[in-house]
Amino acid sequence: MRAVSLGVHHPGSSPLHRIPAGPKLALLIGYGIVVVALRGPWPATTAAGVSLLLAVSAGVPLRELWRGLRPMLLIVAVLAGFQVWQRGWPAAVEVAATVLALVVAATTFTATTPTDRLLDAITRGLGPFRRFGVRPEKVALSFSLMIAAIPRIAAIAAETRDAARARGLERSPRAYLTPLAIRTVAQAHATGEALHARGLGDDEGPRDLAPGAPQA
Amino acid sequence: MAHIELDGVEVTATTTGADVSILRDITASLTERRIALIGANGSGKSTFARLLNGLVTASSGHVRIDGVDVAEHGSAVRRRVGFVFTNPASQLVMPTAVEDVALSLRRDVKDARQRDVRARAVLERFGLGHRADTSVHALSGGQQQLLAVAGVLATHPDVVVADEPTTLLDLANTRLIGDLLLGLDQQVVLATHDLDLAARCDRALVIADGRIDFDGPAGDAVAHYREQSRR
Repeated sequence: MRAVSLGVHHPGSSPLHRIPAGPKLALLIGYGIVVVALRGPWPATTAAGVSLLLAVSAGVPLRELWRGLRPMLLIVAVLAGFQVWQRGWPAAVEVAATVLALVVAATTFTATTPTDRLLDAITRGLGPFRRFGVRPEKVALSFSLMIAAIPRIAAIAAETRDAARARGLERSPRAYLTPLAIRTVAQAHATGEALHARGLGDDEGPRDLAPGAPQA
Repeated sequence: MAHIELDGVEVTATTTGADVSILRDITASLTERRIALIGANGSGKSTFARLLNGLVTASSGHVRIDGVDVAEHGSAVRRRVGFVFTNPASQLVMPTAVEDVALSLRRDVKDARQRDVRARAVLERFGLGHRADTSVHALSGGQQQLLAVAGVLATHPDVVVADEPTTLLDLANTRLIGDLLLGLDQQVVLATHDLDLAARCDRALVIADGRIDFDGPAGDAVAHYREQSRR
């Protein structure tokens, strides 16, 4: 069984799958603004419930969603603990539920939207900004890479944690965080090199140069 | 076949303030269909391979593909020269197999549905049709490398350069990827430690200490390299 985590497309034919990527992204942004604007533990918890219902309606199995969300629950727990200390239980529930609502909604978005379609939607949406020097293709590619990087960095984090454990250093934050940061940067470099090798992000030049074409 | 020319190529890198020579005096004219680059770790064969796609640019000298200078027309050259990395995890940048191949097709196929159909057809051709919607992280090492090759071939390059494409694979997948690369219609330049694979090429260059130590028929080059390695 595979986990459904942020960034991984889960093919299907639900109503959410059928909404075009552009309007769906706009809906997600709008939903996110509303969720962040909500105040109090109950509205936030309701929002988390709505996000879960959306995930279920999209055919995302809850058990797989749970497996995908598990790594980030640690961050939510730390955030909630800090809020309990600073502002009390209601604020902690509000913050934790808000984060969960947003992450589940974003996961449902990526689970129901092929990255390729998202790239097209962002490229189209940013088209009018071309006159101001914006390169829609590059912005869209960066956006997609950011989403695709999430499961990759999660995998690097798991490998790094295992490596620290294997050396008996599971309690050392330095043995975990330093290699994680270095490997993440190395991965970013490798991704850049791979894109370069595939000609992605190259400036659009002539379609091809005929063999033996005169050199500039 | 394309005409790959390296003319007086040198590659230097600056490490801790000092210039280190990685390749020097590299002059070769490559027209064969299957070309192997062999040599010890750190000999410069990966840098040699990377020059052909513009991943590395020469500090001096010229690299040309059918007369087109790689340094001056990198974008045009990369449309004709595909590159397969040692570690497919570095090459696969999209979440699922079909999306990764579709990414390669974006430049030439503008319609999203058409791109999806084409990407799935490419995966079928490489026996990965049933894994099209699978996360690239959930594929085996062999399937990842197969997907990386599929992503490169989806755009129909004239030349495929592969940098130790079988190093991380088990025996069965080494054979699978090796047979696939050597069976391509395209011209293939293969940097490899697999001497059996190298011996099946038409020509091989032995790279040692940043120079071409031997250049000739693959069988002779492999024999020369074995002999040098024993010393």
